[in-house]
Amino acid sequence: MDLLEYQGKQLFKKHGVPVPDGAHAASVREAVEAAEELGFPVVIKAQVQIGGRGKAGGIKLANDRDEAEEHAGAILGMDIRGFTVHELYVERASEIDEEYYAAIVFDRAAKKPMAMLSRMGGMDVEAVAETDPGAMRMLHVDPLVGFQDFHGRRLAFESGIAEDVIRPVGTMLATLYDVFVREDATLVEVNPLLITKQREVVALDAKVTIDANALFRHPDIAELRDVSAEDPQERMAKERGLTYVKLDGNVGILGNGAGLVMSTLDVVAQAGGRPANFLDAGGGSKAEAITSAVEVILSDEKVSAVLFNIFGGITRCDEVARGLIEAFDQIKPEVPFVVRLDGTNDKEGRALLAEANLPNVHTEATMLGAAEKVVELAGAAPAETRA
Amino acid sequence: MSILVDTGTKLCVSGITGREGTFHSLRNRDYGTQVVAGVTPGKGGQDVEGIPVFNTFHDAVAETGADTAMVFVPPRFAADSILEAEDAGIELVIAITEGIPAHDELKVYNHLRRGRTSLIGPNCPGVLSPGKANVGIIPAQFFKKGNVGLVSRSGTLTYQIGNELAQSGFGNSSIVGIGGDPVPGSSFIDIIELFEADPETELIVMCGEIGGSAEEEAADYIAAKVSKPVLAYIAGFTAPPGKTMGHAGAIVSGSKGTAAAKAEALEAKGVRVGRNPTQVAELAVEVLGARV
Repeated sequence: MDLLEYQGKQLFKKHGVPVPDGAHAASVREAVEAAEELGFPVVIKAQVQIGGRGKAGGIKLANDRDEAEEHAGAILGMDIRGFTVHELYVERASEIDEEYYAAIVFDRAAKKPMAMLSRMGGMDVEAVAETDPGAMRMLHVDPLVGFQDFHGRRLAFESGIAEDVIRPVGTMLATLYDVFVREDATLVEVNPLLITKQREVVALDAKVTIDANALFRHPDIAELRDVSAEDPQERMAKERGLTYVKLDGNVGILGNGAGLVMSTLDVVAQAGGRPANFLDAGGGSKAEAITSAVEVILSDEKVSAVLFNIFGGITRCDEVARGLIEAFDQIKPEVPFVVRLDGTNDKEGRALLAEANLPNVHTEATMLGAAEKVVELAGAAPAETRA
Repeated sequence: MSILVDTGTKLCVSGITGREGTFHSLRNRDYGTQVVAGVTPGKGGQDVEGIPVFNTFHDAVAETGADTAMVFVPPRFAADSILEAEDAGIELVIAITEGIPAHDELKVYNHLRRGRTSLIGPNCPGVLSPGKANVGIIPAQFFKKGNVGLVSRSGTLTYQIGNELAQSGFGNSSIVGIGGDPVPGSSFIDIIELFEADPETELIVMCGEIGGSAEEEAADYIAAKVSKPVLAYIAGFTAPPGKTMGHAGAIVSGSKGTAAAKAEALEAKGVRVGRNPTQVAELAVEVLGARV
């Protein structure tokens, strides 16, 4: 779960990471009030989960009330690389002396947290990594021992930052690691890590990702939402406890098990089709779950045919067939369905479907055959989604 | 021969008194697995269809000589249960539980690596050695004894590929689900190493997916250390970046972890990659057919 900047900064504050004073605003009036409360100059920042906000005009300095009103009005509703701005963060402007980069990341390959520091911050770190690979210093931390003072010291000395801030930057890294562990984060990134004219170390941005599997330990975070990143179908699926990812094609897909569904998307693409979604009905799905999933898939108006690809292990094919029959009874779909049932109780499932004789439901014996059939029935994807 | 589990395996199930735990423990026993004990704190002294239940792993090990654990408890209790099994001297822990926090997995992984206990999973379907033992939720009826070792990050996709192989006449030495989480207790490399040493295994099939770099690391290992033929399949060519595709570990981050990059890395090291599950079975026919 990716947090917005202001949400990340709330966590920072809670754990003692210094951040500039700021306030959240969802309207121009709230932004102006926040600015006056904080005192000018302020920076008005778009709250969307995408990089390059500054370049896109989503971050502006306001020196007085009129400017605050003007900028807040311009940024709210702005589209930044596909994300509409619904929220702002108004922050007291900082006096910038130097900009560094600091992060704690979850290194999957090493299976350890990794602390990172660079004296070249405030820009695209991946670009810096290419032009000047030595600028980024990295150290793994043993998760059983935790972040030690020496980690901070080593990174600070090796990255070549100014001598007078070596100690406070080391402390900053230790505090960020604390946030990483205590909040169950998989990413804590500060870019830029600011050194002010007064030589204070401040987190000017916050990019925090929280492990979705750990939200039971963080009910406060579980409640945070980001309306700009929410898709209506994805929200509907989430409310029904289904694993669904919206894609941009016209072939609706339902399968059981994440790997098999991913593979099904690939096979549909190989057959020349474009998947409309990823939907994993999960292990042991009952008929109601299948009916509910069909509703989610069909709520995407682009869907012109649906493929069921089931290999029953714990999932029973007769339950899947019952769910599909129920869905036809309740929602009367107008698009064709292709169904491939294999595995546990497959014969019973196929017999149920044959008996129900649903309109426009085709059964196929193999995964490849089913993919070809559904692509044929779906026809071409709508023009705007074609590659 | 086979790997990890066989007729000598003595299994203790954590969470045996839960609905899923009971169902699968009994299925595993019906298959022939020696399910010698269960652990549910507070229910020591009871039994599940004749399988004795203990309060702690330590009691279970002392009383029954259990050497393998299967973990079925909910995510918030799973790390604790794995660590308890290790502390009690269990040699192999197979964790089925899905949804364990990543930081818990980091702790467990780094602790277990320092000792002698191996971990398969979490978020995995378990291990099946056809004709010998089944530990987990793999539907055993689709698989028979044979010479193909199968290792996979996914459950149902394994059944799909295993079934395609079966239809081409192949059986399996063992089928190992290593799980779909970002911190699997055992990697492709760990399992491939076991298959390489297993005399019964003549062909290794690995089934990967997007996210992380485990397939790329396996490619290097195979080129350097593996003499047996290896085939691969990768799922997720059409996955968009930044979206978690069902498994917590299945996510393309920026340009990292794509299916295309993984397939390329494997092919660069001489591992043939099937473009769909059917093609994997066709490649297996080519490889094993040519060796007869």
